[in-house]
Amino acid sequence: MIKYALRRLLSTIPVMWIAVTLSFFVLRLAPGGPFDGERPLPPVILKNLAAHYNLDKPLIQQYVIYVFDVLKGDLGPSFANEDFSVAQQIMIGLPYTFTIGGLAFIFAILIGVTVGCLGALYQNKAPDYLLGLLILVGLVLPNFLIAPILQLIFGIHLGWLPVGGWGDGSFKYLVIPIVVLALPHAGRISRMTRGSMIEVMNQNYIRTAKAKGIGPRLTVMRHALKPAMMPVVSYLGPAASYLLTGSLVVESIFGLPGIGRYFVNAALNRDYGMVLGTVIFYMVLIVVLNLLVDIAYAWLDPKVRNR
Amino acid sequence: MNFLTKKFLASAVFGSLLAVSAHAATLNIHNGGDPQSLDPQKLSSDYENRIAGDIFEGLVTEDPKDDPIPGQAESWTVSQDGKVYTFKLRDGIKWSDGQPVTAGDFVFAFQRLVDPKNAAEYAYLQFTIKNAEKINKGEITDFSQLGVKAIDDKTLEITLENPTPYFINSLMHYTAYPLPKHVVEAKGTDWVKIGNIVTNGPYKPTEWIPGASVTTVKNDQYYGEKDLKIDSVKFFTLEDQEAALKRYRAGEFDIMTDFPTDQYEWMKKNLPGQAHVTPFLASYYYVLNATKPPFNDKRVRQALSMAVNREVIGPKILGTGELPAYSWVPPGTANYGEPAYVSWKDMPYKEKVEEAKKLLKEAGFGPDHPLKAQLRYNTNDNHKRVAVAIASMWKPLGVQIELYNTETKVHYDEMQHGQVEIGRAGWIADYNDPDNFLGLLVSGVSMNYGRWSNPEYDKLIKEANAQTDLKTRAEIFKKAERLALDDSAAIPLYYYVSKNVVSPKIQGFEDNIQDIHRTRWLSIKE
Amino acid sequence: MILNPAKRELLAAELLEAEGLSHKSRSLTGDALRRLSRNKAAVVAIIVLVLLILAAFLGPYLIPFGYEEPDWAAFRMPPDMESGHYFGTDPNGRDLLARVLYGTRVSLAVAATATSVSVVIGVLYGAISGYIGGRLDAIMMRFVDIMYALPYILFVILLMVVFGRNVYLLFAAIGALEWLTMARIVRGQTLSIKQREFIEAARASGQKPFKIILKHIIPNLVGPVVIFAALTVPEIIATESFLSYLGFGVQEPLTSLGTLIAEGTDAMESMPWLLIFPACFLVALLMSLLFIGDGLRDAFDPKDR
Repeated sequence: MIKYALRRLLSTIPVMWIAVTLSFFVLRLAPGGPFDGERPLPPVILKNLAAHYNLDKPLIQQYVIYVFDVLKGDLGPSFANEDFSVAQQIMIGLPYTFTIGGLAFIFAILIGVTVGCLGALYQNKAPDYLLGLLILVGLVLPNFLIAPILQLIFGIHLGWLPVGGWGDGSFKYLVIPIVVLALPHAGRISRMTRGSMIEVMNQNYIRTAKAKGIGPRLTVMRHALKPAMMPVVSYLGPAASYLLTGSLVVESIFGLPGIGRYFVNAALNRDYGMVLGTVIFYMVLIVVLNLLVDIAYAWLDPKVRNR
Repeated sequence: MNFLTKKFLASAVFGSLLAVSAHAATLNIHNGGDPQSLDPQKLSSDYENRIAGDIFEGLVTEDPKDDPIPGQAESWTVSQDGKVYTFKLRDGIKWSDGQPVTAGDFVFAFQRLVDPKNAAEYAYLQFTIKNAEKINKGEITDFSQLGVKAIDDKTLEITLENPTPYFINSLMHYTAYPLPKHVVEAKGTDWVKIGNIVTNGPYKPTEWIPGASVTTVKNDQYYGEKDLKIDSVKFFTLEDQEAALKRYRAGEFDIMTDFPTDQYEWMKKNLPGQAHVTPFLASYYYVLNATKPPFNDKRVRQALSMAVNREVIGPKILGTGELPAYSWVPPGTANYGEPAYVSWKDMPYKEKVEEAKKLLKEAGFGPDHPLKAQLRYNTNDNHKRVAVAIASMWKPLGVQIELYNTETKVHYDEMQHGQVEIGRAGWIADYNDPDNFLGLLVSGVSMNYGRWSNPEYDKLIKEANAQTDLKTRAEIFKKAERLALDDSAAIPLYYYVSKNVVSPKIQGFEDNIQDIHRTRWLSIKE
Repeated sequence: MILNPAKRELLAAELLEAEGLSHKSRSLTGDALRRLSRNKAAVVAIIVLVLLILAAFLGPYLIPFGYEEPDWAAFRMPPDMESGHYFGTDPNGRDLLARVLYGTRVSLAVAATATSVSVVIGVLYGAISGYIGGRLDAIMMRFVDIMYALPYILFVILLMVVFGRNVYLLFAAIGALEWLTMARIVRGQTLSIKQREFIEAARASGQKPFKIILKHIIPNLVGPVVIFAALTVPEIIATESFLSYLGFGVQEPLTSLGTLIAEGTDAMESMPWLLIFPACFLVALLMSLLFIGDGLRDAFDPKDR
């Protein structure tokens, strides 16, 4: 298992390197530079700035400098923020994104699987249709629409929860962001779970078990659950990266100091270092998550494990 | 989960501590953008100005109406020729670590500002000081040549290139703040980190979470500390204005420094008196590329300018009542009096359109030969609305407009390279003086996006700047302005308004034309 | 026991019909379509979708207002029967009904184009990879794995930033994201189809590989491809909404459902009609697509119920 994991990790390094290189050069292609703004700077100042950030050196040279810095762990300075380097900003923002993303992930799985199983159990009866409809609505409405609605209802009119910010870190600040972030995934997971459960429950070995009198529905569920989880697990990898995407919106709306916001602003502001830093970071994350998913898959399906 | 538990405990402990201490008056301000730095020489935006102006203080500082009053300097004298200012520093001024503020700190700061190695974006604001520009360009390498000298620890002498009537005003700007020489020399670029930073203003920073908030508390070394009613300020970074408004309504923010224009009507009804809309010293205009036909034809420029129904823009399209602009310098600018206006300002709109059609015909355009152009603006809801509206105002003239928007950086990059036909621009005054606006139309200046060039105009501007008498100066400026307006150098559209939302609990918030509201004048009524 | 031969025959025909085994159609697709037509939810969804498409493409000709001209007399107006602004107007004075219909048109166009791009690329790629097999297959799939690892939305944003906001680029970029999964599915299917006898027969008769792929493999992929396509269209529309929210989507004066909803969300309390109408259209569109997708999946693959 460990060898497998290591092999996978190593094979992703060239991928990451390609991604970073692509990003580096693509970003430089973009019109507009980091110092163009509503008040154009006198040429002498621009020259000084360019020299200050190595921007006046040939592009290849800048690229090489950058790669070496990264290997040393230095992600470079951020143009948008003088006092914190890219690495520092990412380090500061990480825990926030992780906490919310992680909790949302768990929430999505718990709710999604539960609702999916319920739907499978009461297939085609009233609860199934009702749940199904609710899920659909949650899936279909964009998260930048759901967020303000929840803010209005729970934050302003009912006053139960704060409208935004991280505050002192207590849980009430996290509730709405987590729900907004997790909702579409919970929806998808529940649909997949339901379909998968139904399929598994109709399989012969479950029917045999039922016929043998294994017991009430719940016991059947326990037998069916593990194999039914397989397609869900394979969704988890992409789900993680979707969650990161969702965090772009959620962090912006709720004012959470995570790294999701950094990327879009950095791209718009041509903050080269920050963009590349976020790309690297996301890639590492996706790689690790995909690895975990593969391991989970192997654990669930003995056939894969014994390969 | 460990992280959360730790956070829980920390907040519980902190919370109980807070409860024990007397109720600290904390101001929560929504600040819009994340500051680039706490180092005043690395800033460029109004949201950074808000923080910098609370934690630092220059020779001169702002009163509630944004007029200059003595700050770190208690008095000053000006020489006969208007070029040498001598400042006497106040007794007992200190940095937040207890060290005294000396004239040497000012010299150090100014020298650092113009040092080309530091690449300070706003260094040019202090180019009025002797040799500042030359040093910044690298033409002079001996920094002692800079016109800022410390006569002794309490006396500072500043020599200017030319007599500059608005000089005292420009000293309110953050590029003129002193720096703690002893800390900057000791710690280098790390001096701004929260553990190291030392400031001389009414407040000092205690926490900065990038992308989220900056927190400041009262500076007990500040000479006026006893008069401060607010103990601590938290500046929140949040670009989404709708979300910010919701947090304001929930009581999480006390002041919002901008609000979405769409909500203005709603706010007037539901949050009466809290939305402040005040004329702001900034101008919104379109440039026409004077080097590209047909815009090099003055008749075309004038026609397009006349056909804009400016009265509709503020009240209807934007909804916040911005005033129409028929002059280049906004009315209310200091040292100026009433600005010059276009000759057709008071014509009824219908007549303006007819005249515009005539002019276009003379220039060779008509229904069979329509004028086609591309109108560029940077991505923003308001710019979009104005552009859509103006394009439709030009349609009856037979003008066909293609709308094109790009992000801010790209937009200005292309404007500076003179690549646009019709482009949107805005200018916020750096200091309260007509020169700041008139300078936009001088030949060869990079801000002159339309590349309009008139040697007579340039001459007048130069002449005006050499005057010591404010009245003559203003008259010459007006001559220049009239020249530019008659030639339709650009199309001024409207004057900005500053938008704030202020909780009724806050007192001392005075609307002013540069939208500066220092915390030291505010208090919270529970 | 039915003794009357005529009645027996009738009954037999009825039974055959019920089982979908009548002689009417034998092909996979045909069977699937009949099953689909029995799925009530899917049929309703198809009707709704067709209505939406008709409205989006024909509607604008029936409305007196354009989607980009401001009505100077009616700024920010709520829905009003008399003035003809049935959905009200937006802060620029433009008729909302016209804009919603245009927006639907744009959203549909984006989805259709992106789906087509992803289908064409994905099917060709997957079929070739699966059929040729061996080293080529290994390399091609490795490439897909690599692409999968990249944070695609970051790249889309990067591309948008670099190349400006061009609608066609938008379609292409989104389509370029979706083909990966399609390729994988197609390859899997191809692997199993490859084994069938009629493929061997074609190979034995000397047909060129490419011809085999085009004439035999691809037509048999219809099922999974259609299902996947139907299920990704909602994803694409959602991605387009997300990009519009960030400001990268369709540009003025064009609009899309995503853009309209993003604008409407901001005015939720002051001008609720700006949100409600586009949101209803979006919900109707996506829901019908989801039901159709589900129905198709059940129709092609009747394992449950």
